[in-house]
Amino acid sequence: MSEIAIKVENLSKAYQLGDFGTGTISRDLERWWARLRGKEDPFLTIGEVNDRTVKGGSDIVWSLRDISMEINQGDAVGIIGRNGAGKSTLLKILSRITSPTHGNIKIRGRIASLLEVGTGFHPELTGRENIFLNGAILGMRKSEIQAQFDAIVDFSGVERYVDTPVKRYSSGMYVRLAFAVAAHLRSEILVIDEVLAVGDVEFQKKCLGKMGDVSKGEGRTVLFVSHNMSAISTLCNNAIVLDNGQLRFSGDVETAVKIYADDEPLNGDTAWEGNEGDEHIRLHKTWVVCKNEFNFFQTDSDLEIGVNFEVLKPVHGLIVGFTLYSEFGYELAYVQFDDRQSDSPELVTPGVYSKRFVIPGNTLAIGTYRIMFDLGIHMIKRIITAEGSLNFSLENVNGLGRRYQTARSRGRAGIFRPDWAVEK
Amino acid sequence: MKTESASKSHTDTWDLEIKPAENIFNLHLKDVWNYRDLLWLLVRRDFVSFYKQTLLGPLWFFIQPIFTIFIYSLVFNKFAQFGTNGAPAPLFYLTGIVAWTYFSDCLVKTSTVFRDNAAMFGKVYFPRLIMPLSIVMSNLVKFGMQLVLMVLLYLWYLINGKHIAPNIYILLFPVVVFIMAILGLGLGLIVTAMTTKYRDLAFAVSFGMQLFMYATPVIYPLADLAPKYKAIVSLNPMTGVIETLRYGVLDAGHFYSGAFLYSVLASLAILLLGLVIFNKVEKNFVDTV
Repeated sequence: MSEIAIKVENLSKAYQLGDFGTGTISRDLERWWARLRGKEDPFLTIGEVNDRTVKGGSDIVWSLRDISMEINQGDAVGIIGRNGAGKSTLLKILSRITSPTHGNIKIRGRIASLLEVGTGFHPELTGRENIFLNGAILGMRKSEIQAQFDAIVDFSGVERYVDTPVKRYSSGMYVRLAFAVAAHLRSEILVIDEVLAVGDVEFQKKCLGKMGDVSKGEGRTVLFVSHNMSAISTLCNNAIVLDNGQLRFSGDVETAVKIYADDEPLNGDTAWEGNEGDEHIRLHKTWVVCKNEFNFFQTDSDLEIGVNFEVLKPVHGLIVGFTLYSEFGYELAYVQFDDRQSDSPELVTPGVYSKRFVIPGNTLAIGTYRIMFDLGIHMIKRIITAEGSLNFSLENVNGLGRRYQTARSRGRAGIFRPDWAVEK
Repeated sequence: MKTESASKSHTDTWDLEIKPAENIFNLHLKDVWNYRDLLWLLVRRDFVSFYKQTLLGPLWFFIQPIFTIFIYSLVFNKFAQFGTNGAPAPLFYLTGIVAWTYFSDCLVKTSTVFRDNAAMFGKVYFPRLIMPLSIVMSNLVKFGMQLVLMVLLYLWYLINGKHIAPNIYILLFPVVVFIMAILGLGLGLIVTAMTTKYRDLAFAVSFGMQLFMYATPVIYPLADLAPKYKAIVSLNPMTGVIETLRYGVLDAGHFYSGAFLYSVLASLAILLLGLVIFNKVEKNFVDTV
């Protein structure tokens, strides 16, 4: 069994919500009086689960509650969870930026954390001066920075500007230099927040490569927070799922990603039921499902988009279809159920009908999509335009383009990530 | 990775333990020592960024005291007829101003450490004490520059046949500087720790420093005060410091051994108090700013 690098025991963190100021002094005095008598803080006794959506009764909220876990040396652990689940708080406590309310963390080895790139960069100083300053802020000794100086400059690719004040750098150069310093930290444990969403594609590729080295090649322990499930599943061998400040799961990364993905709100509105329409056509149900065993929205699985409706009066020229929109509202495609027909339309008699459309796996790239249904009578009226619309987000866990984990290869630069043949 | 129930087959030796509350006298001074390189780099940063893109550069360190001694000599010495222990007025004021400025800069700049560095402190850990220490060091550079001005003025008086000379108490000079530094640092630490929660204090500081200066023998000698005011002014730890400095440099006035000893002890006590409060606050301050 490999050695334990980080041991977290019953870790909890409480935050006070709302304003400070009026009432703070009187509360402080009350706290102090309680402590003097050896009692617990009177304002901490009311515990509450941190759920943003429910308004709490007290203004003390537990951002983390009773987290216990162990992380082995050499593990690369992903930390996943919704916004407000406690990921950042856990990272802040690990980084010693704030301290826990209860419980403790024991750490073996030197720990460095990277919650932001370029912390402490001073615009008036040159690139060279900032490398030293930033390195020292991140906990490196001057001699260590000196020894790696050339490697840092080389990695950043800004050799020509190393003696220019960083205020004259482009934002891309600035980030490159900042990340280069961080990438050369020599610590046994590295804590990384979602900092890779910066820089250009070429550089992101380099950073992800470097991070891969960090966890796999050098036997270092890495804790990595991200919303990007693809990056998590590539870089990490283990993961923990946080939910409302509590540890929901800790174990292998595939299971963790699935648990996270099963959370209903994450997948958006993937099904609708109701009764909308007019005296001709009523819309009853719409749905979108991903055809795999976990029902998890993945780029390599077929997507089924379904619609269930009722025709009340005989209709000539029935239109049933949908428009697929990108996250930013671009119309990507429009389809109708009878696209393959070219003869004149038949009369549709009253009754309940279902239509299923299938988008084959490996068509869409990761991202968020929206479906708007279109039901109506040709040349007469549109009956359904906004009702029953759906949202879904695709992740790439086993799909195409996972050799190089960069934005472009994951397909974020485009809408489609098709499995087109490559010939020699 | 295993959950807590997992077995543990290792000895319990840890390099770092993160806990909610610690002994208040654990000041993490070893940690500060480990980050000493950062201290020097921050001092360098302050100095370099101060004069970059200015026309006169470090000359600005001289301009302020020159104008101040001119005004003080005119207002307090010529018009108000304040005594100077027989020393030349400009030199008398300059020693007071240079010392007071150093103390005051240390205090005022330290008192906003948490607020000024909130963004950085919220993103990365290093011993927070490094920041105030770098301020005290950076100001030492400025203080050194102003000392040069003082030496020049001194020489000018000597050349012009004025009979002034330092005495043996000038050997206390390093002690005097050290006390000013730790007193400014200590008071600044207390203020910055309190302002994270009660912001009002920040407004009180700039105003309070003006009053504080008049309660310190900067523009008047302690000897000229009526006994009842003398007792009050002697409660100020800066009094013994400035009087000792002046006596050593100008051989004018007296050496008040009691006042000096009091300054030393009071400053050490304030520094210790400041360190304890600062250390307590630094652990959670990002939650409240």
